[in-house]
Amino acid sequence: MDRVAHDRLKWKCRRGLLELDLVLGRFVERNASALDEGELARLGELLELPDNDLWDIVSGRSDLYAAGLGDVVARLRAC
Amino acid sequence: MNVGLQARKFDAIVVGAGGSGLRAALELARAGLRVAVLSKVFPTRSHTVAAQGGIAAPLGNSSEDHWHWHMYDTVKGSDYLGDQDAIEYMCRRATEVVIELEHMGMPFDRLDNGRIYQRPFGGHTQDYGSAKMAMRACAAADRTGHAMLHTLYQQNVKARTQFFVEWMALDLIRDAEGAVLGVVALEMETGEAMILQAKATILATGGAGRIFAASTNAFINTGDGLGMVARAGLPLEDMEFWQFHPTGVAGAGVLITEGVRGEGGYLLNKDGERFMERYAPNAKDLASRDVVSRAMATEIKEGRGCGPEGDHVLLKLDHLGPEVINLRLPGIREIAIKFANADPIKDPIPVVPTAHYQMGGIPANHLGQVVAPRGGDPEVPVPGLYAVGECSCVSVHGANRLGTNSLLDLLVFGKAGGEQAVADIRAMPAAHKDLPEDAAARPLARLARLDSASGGERVAEVGAELRKTMQAHCSVFRFPDMLIEGVSKVKQIAARAERMSIQDKSKVFNTARIEALELDNLVETALATIVSAEARQESRGAQARADFPERDDKNWIKHTLWYKEGNRLEYKPVHLKPMSVETFEPKVRTY
Ligand SMILES: Cc1cc2nc3c(=O)[nH]c(=O)nc-3n(C[C@H](O)[C@H](O)[C@H](O)COP(=O)(O)OP(=O)(O)OC[C@H]3O[C@@H](n4cnc5c(N)ncnc54)[C@H](O)[C@@H]3O)c2cc1C
Repeated sequence: MDRVAHDRLKWKCRRGLLELDLVLGRFVERNASALDEGELARLGELLELPDNDLWDIVSGRSDLYAAGLGDVVARLRAC
Repeated sequence: MNVGLQARKFDAIVVGAGGSGLRAALELARAGLRVAVLSKVFPTRSHTVAAQGGIAAPLGNSSEDHWHWHMYDTVKGSDYLGDQDAIEYMCRRATEVVIELEHMGMPFDRLDNGRIYQRPFGGHTQDYGSAKMAMRACAAADRTGHAMLHTLYQQNVKARTQFFVEWMALDLIRDAEGAVLGVVALEMETGEAMILQAKATILATGGAGRIFAASTNAFINTGDGLGMVARAGLPLEDMEFWQFHPTGVAGAGVLITEGVRGEGGYLLNKDGERFMERYAPNAKDLASRDVVSRAMATEIKEGRGCGPEGDHVLLKLDHLGPEVINLRLPGIREIAIKFANADPIKDPIPVVPTAHYQMGGIPANHLGQVVAPRGGDPEVPVPGLYAVGECSCVSVHGANRLGTNSLLDLLVFGKAGGEQAVADIRAMPAAHKDLPEDAAARPLARLARLDSASGGERVAEVGAELRKTMQAHCSVFRFPDMLIEGVSKVKQIAARAERMSIQDKSKVFNTARIEALELDNLVETALATIVSAEARQESRGAQARADFPERDDKNWIKHTLWYKEGNRLEYKPVHLKPMSVETFEPKVRTY
């Protein structure tokens, strides 16, 4: 991923909930360089969710996410 | 100096799209004015989304209530530093703004009779501080802030407010008379600066809790509005007052709700002692936020903290059993596992007092106008400039904010500021004032410095040092030697920040550049905080000094004003006289 794409992603991970700032920050640090285009698109889809819904998914309290996003959700949950 | 910078004109610019900015923008847009709202992030990702507890209003739906009781609680909560006219104004308009929000579609929890359900919240009482709690907090499940942001955003879209998302305001534009004519802002996508000209500029940039290492605030809360105001030569008010929440997860900051202690959880020191029994024999772990935070800080300071560094205490709740934890404290287990690596069903959660809310800020009156001393009058409005929400100091929270009063503050003063700006704009000539030659000089110099400097200080390192220093020297409990040393350390850090450089100089979406610009604002906020704290020789509300443990009403019922230039302090009187009722005279604050 080039510098601009990386920074754009990093900024989309700036959220209203500190919980998400922390988890998404770890995720970007660990995985950003290795994400392929499909994964990036799926992550992008998750990042469009409202903060509370996304946090419920990331923390495992909710499984209400679109089919096909499971791999990225699993990696987020591991962060 | 303005050569090359594009300029765009609006009637009004609102910097910030949290609850306060959106409420102000709505008032302007509904009046048919051209409004631009700038936000670093998508509006509904503003920090207001984190508010869960609710919004205070004396609707009297669930228990008897009265605005005058609410006013009493707020004055007392403020430890008598709040301006009583502004507090009266807020409490009297509370019902109106909450009902209005309901009519806009806010999904409040309801009673069987269809009215808004209200619940009790710390510090809110019936009958002027009686033992009976007032049911005053209106909530939308545990998503009050989220619901508020979405409701207000939809209304703004309908009213044709124009949003500039991922735009960062850098500095105010002031002319020779001191009037504010707009802002210079950075479009993150292109990395280019632009002049946004307006007849009214409303700052709604939220709190600056990221100046502390332990903070419940999201990363976005860097005090940009405060930095802009300080650099424009205007003062910041009462910056020594920061509310700490007793139970933030150590090392992460994420808030563990008071509900955990409400359900029977309690705090332990390294000897396994339930130490709150010593500090508050009756209320114990349920004593007010400042009391519990100070007790925790004392345990840590006196060597009874836990962990290899002795830097936290433990919140024990395993005795409640998995059922209570899972059913009555939803989300707590997930937070503890994720951020503390502790499963509360078996292990205690490491916690520390954590910076939560900024009572001080940009001095403003109850009409949202920014005010500063001029010609002997301590509060002359700065033409064209308004401040609302957590970045402002009206001052309704004084030395200590009551829970749920902040969301109320956003709505009341967001609306009032919007109304005042509409009136002011209508009274102005149709044409915008001419921009001064050097309108963009300051922000362009800041950018030029970053674009040329090399081999200087690293932004992340200076930022970490700042947060660590503020935490060690100026947090819950303040010691004279630590404050004095802290002031000189923060000054050194400020000097380092002036020498910071970034490696990648490219403009297009460069987050390193943005973080460097944010650091300038954190530094101004931190300096204002520690200099003001060192000077205030008393303990009041959130300021607790070891060397001056008592409140000193004879000398210190006054607001601090900090100026960036020369780190200078001035003071101005507290408005003890309300608008229509009698003054609430200072009394000892016990709960
Ligand atoms: C965990 C938590 C729970 C809370 N719970 C409650 C509660 O239950 N009840 C209550 O009353 N209060 C609560 N509070 C406090 C309350 O949520 C905040 O005080 C309030 O939401 C602040 O709103 P605001 O509109 O001032 O700013 P914010 O919502 O913080 O919005 C600031 C806006 O400014 C923008 N911005 C900042 N700088 C710039 C810049 N340079 N250029 C462009 N845009 C910029 C941001 O993008 C954002 O849109 C809570 C706080 C926390 C941390």
